Amino acid sequence: MTKEYKTITEIKGPLIFVEKTEPVGYNELVEIRTGGELKRGQVLDTSDEIVVVQVFEGTGGLSKDSAVTFTGDVIKMPLSPSIIGRVLSGSGRPRDGGPEIVPEVLREIAGAAINPACREKPRAFIQTGISTIDGTNTLVRGQKLPIFSGAGLPHNDVALQIARQAKTLGEAESFAVIFCAMGITNEEAQHFLADFERTGALERAVVFLNLADDPAVERILTPRLGLTTAEYLAFDLDMHVLIIYTDMTNYCESLRQMGAAREEVPGRRGYPGYMYTDLAIQYERAGIIRGKKGSITQFPILTMPGDDITHPIPDLSGYITEGQIIVSRELHRKGIYPPIDIRPSLSRLMNSGIGKGHTREDHRAVSDQLYAYYAEGNDLRGLAAIVGKEALSERDKLVLEFADKFEKRFVNQGRDEDRTIFETLQIGWDLLADLPESMLTRIDDKFIKVYHPKYAGAAKATEAPKK
Amino acid sequence: MEVGKVKRVAGPVVQATGLKASMYDLVLVGEEGLMSEVIGISGNKHVIQVYEDTGGVRPGEPVKETGAPLVAQLGPGILTSIYDGIQRPLTKLAEESGDFISRGLFVDGIDHKKKWEFKPIVKKGDVVKAGQTIGEVQEQLLIKHKIMVPPRHKGGAIKEIYAGNFTIDETVAVLEDGSKITMLQKWPVRQARPTIKKLAPTIPLRTGQRVIDGFFPLAKGGTAAIPGGFGTGKTVMQQTLSKWADVDIVVYVGCGERGNEMADLLHEFPELVDPRTNRPLMERSIVFANTSNMPVAAREASIYSGMTVSEYYRDMGYDVMMTADSTSRWAEAMRELASRLEEMPGEEGYPAYLGARLADFYERAGRADVLDGGQGSVSVVGAVSPPGGDFTEPVTQNTLRMVKVFWALDSKLTQRRHFPSINWLDSYSLYDKDLEPWFVDNINPEWNKNKSRAMALLQENAELEEIVMLVGSDALPEDQQITLEVARMIINFWLAQSAMHPVDTFCPYKKQFDLLAAILKFRDYAVDALTKGMSVDQIKSVPAKDALAKVRLESEYEPVLQKVMAEMDSEFKALK
Repeated sequence: MTKEYKTITEIKGPLIFVEKTEPVGYNELVEIRTGGELKRGQVLDTSDEIVVVQVFEGTGGLSKDSAVTFTGDVIKMPLSPSIIGRVLSGSGRPRDGGPEIVPEVLREIAGAAINPACREKPRAFIQTGISTIDGTNTLVRGQKLPIFSGAGLPHNDVALQIARQAKTLGEAESFAVIFCAMGITNEEAQHFLADFERTGALERAVVFLNLADDPAVERILTPRLGLTTAEYLAFDLDMHVLIIYTDMTNYCESLRQMGAAREEVPGRRGYPGYMYTDLAIQYERAGIIRGKKGSITQFPILTMPGDDITHPIPDLSGYITEGQIIVSRELHRKGIYPPIDIRPSLSRLMNSGIGKGHTREDHRAVSDQLYAYYAEGNDLRGLAAIVGKEALSERDKLVLEFADKFEKRFVNQGRDEDRTIFETLQIGWDLLADLPESMLTRIDDKFIKVYHPKYAGAAKATEAPKK
Repeated sequence: MEVGKVKRVAGPVVQATGLKASMYDLVLVGEEGLMSEVIGISGNKHVIQVYEDTGGVRPGEPVKETGAPLVAQLGPGILTSIYDGIQRPLTKLAEESGDFISRGLFVDGIDHKKKWEFKPIVKKGDVVKAGQTIGEVQEQLLIKHKIMVPPRHKGGAIKEIYAGNFTIDETVAVLEDGSKITMLQKWPVRQARPTIKKLAPTIPLRTGQRVIDGFFPLAKGGTAAIPGGFGTGKTVMQQTLSKWADVDIVVYVGCGERGNEMADLLHEFPELVDPRTNRPLMERSIVFANTSNMPVAAREASIYSGMTVSEYYRDMGYDVMMTADSTSRWAEAMRELASRLEEMPGEEGYPAYLGARLADFYERAGRADVLDGGQGSVSVVGAVSPPGGDFTEPVTQNTLRMVKVFWALDSKLTQRRHFPSINWLDSYSLYDKDLEPWFVDNINPEWNKNKSRAMALLQENAELEEIVMLVGSDALPEDQQITLEVARMIINFWLAQSAMHPVDTFCPYKKQFDLLAAILKFRDYAVDALTKGMSVDQIKSVPAKDALAKVRLESEYEPVLQKVMAEMDSEFKALK
């Protein structure tokens, strides 16, 4: 169907309304020519009388005389192994001055749902080198673990550090990083690119850049292109893919903008009612397929408007993703990096990736114990502020001190400090060793006997003479 | 059957003309024949929700009628199945379309080719009525599948009945009026299956979770809600319940849940061993998995598919537990579809009929005299995930109006790694009074007394903690310091229970009772010691107290507990 229509009746925001067409399919790719320029769009609503098209590159420059072609096909992404190392725009066109991607395959960007029965349970531990993640909110391959942050917090540094350091224990496997920027500033994009270049990561990365001044509608495409690329790399080329997208808040803003332009009935805070499903379709494209070598691990970053975790974007995201890493303003103000607050943070897949055969048998117990006393210590800070430290019981004083030391030694680490999981657990044990042994109620005696510094030292001493 | 034409496509909602279909009839949209349901009729236009992705569907494509509403296929072979929201087996879908689910696939809910051995239990000449069992099939090693005359059948005398191996489509009996009975029933999912009468909730549903059985019990046939914001341990709770509740059949509906978690469940479930029978738990389970990225209309239907299958096994006289995770995602699906239909939104954009739909669903639960003459039950545990943990939002509020048990999951407890993270102050069970006689008769006459004592201590503890926050615990009178300590023991030694620990994950009634009694006994000793002039620190440092903490981890706990209690006795006597 290559007929050209010049029957645009209305142009409104990012939408054009086209009249009297042959039957047009829902979600079909549309090309619009005006002057010498080619814009692309997608069918949002189709009926006998009128077709509504959203234009990805913005409607600027379009007029009633612009020529509209319905391609009869849905949007597809050209893919080949040479895509690795490229910098593309938010709509998938080269942005690095290089040639167009010569496709080996074309893939629909909408992405079908993975059959839950074909999924492999994620259980391969990924070491990020960050104690608050590895030790207490462990990431596993195939997981989607967002970073919930706020404006002005160093979430990008955390994401970069993860991208740099992420590895599995023992094996060298081919892996790739996909970076999708949605509506971030040029400066932030430079920061990411510079870091990728500095560390050589760009050679195994694909970058999609939709900057703050690029059309907002294009943002709706960006994660879909990134994820389609990720599926290709993971399930066709057997690579382990880590996909970072920032900032999901901008993506959702675009959805809202589209909803408003279509005069839809708005849901919570004006976001469209289908935002949950839309986000789910993106986030659920993480995972591992049984019998395939590759995997897709997602790290979406979203800034919570006003640090409000109940805002629809973090709220709906939290229901779909497998946990969240919370970047805390309070810790950041204390000068602690990475300012990850472990209390509201969670990794839902942690249990399948830790313990014997994955990390170490005492991992769960140590993590629970650290959590328990850090949470209690935080509560005690409130009390200490009212009654003074001296009025606290001996036990409470110990817990309070523990919380302070925990932040300084366990949470705090260098931007290039790549701790192994065993170093992380050691720090945990060192902190717990300052508490009386009877307070370690969440740790089995047999682990205490092996890993508690008091006994671990003794065990080593008896081993030493053998050498 | 009429064939209509697509007029308009916008997302999962399609308008078509030229149809005669009734409301909720199943129709097939487009060249690919996408499964869809009529959800509105106006003038000559039918409004249709499509269970699959509508990308590429054009105006002018055909819409075929099927003449029937969305039905569940019921018969031997349902157990062990893993379905999507509209009862298509996921493994069959994978055979047809590979790792990703493609569109327009038709797969039967149960195998129509497999032969089952049918053993009649009525004979020629017997008069049978609707719902009555006429024969049995050994569906799984331990589960007999009763073949019943379909509900609403007028029944009659048996003219012929055959023993032997049959497929579900073959006739196993003929009645005098000539009507043929097969092992397959089809039932519209949106309609409740009939019973003779609903019964009072007087039997507890044992879950092996101390905080539930001990404090907030659920009755067989009861309804419970687990509200919890994300990260409160809701999913782990529900999975623990599926593993441990003493029901015959477990139906798990993952409605809009995470793919990886479904994978985990599908991975773990087949490996689970039923503690009572040492057989795989999967042999008595049915899973509906409609993850959040699968089509929204199928998500809406998944709850009804699950309930219909649950009711079918109830009708055989089984106790069924249906877990719906989560009803908020289901309500979300309703909201999304309502918004696509441009319906006038009610509270927070949910359709005005939200409350009515939730009520219809929860009312299908219950213990009942079934048509067959026996008794069966469907207990429902529905998860709600209120946005931002806000319990005043419409789904939670409407749910709380319907359910009798509320297990308030608390993210503060999760943060402290206290599991199950059920808040003991905010939760309630309205079955409490109905179930008390059962516990007194079957477990221990002291059951209720101890429970009230423990609850009172926790209540007092909550009040004292507020004071402690202000002045510190040392400023409290000594007896109140003991209360704090005992409450801490109840919380850490009894309410906390590890789902990961091989022994602690399931706690029988008697052990629950004995452990709580032991903690209360400690309190008696402590109060006694105080009056004899001992200090709080002395009492707190009694070694048997710490030993008591680990008794729950013992499978043969009784000798260990006896030893600890004997030590406690002598240690308190030795205090000076």
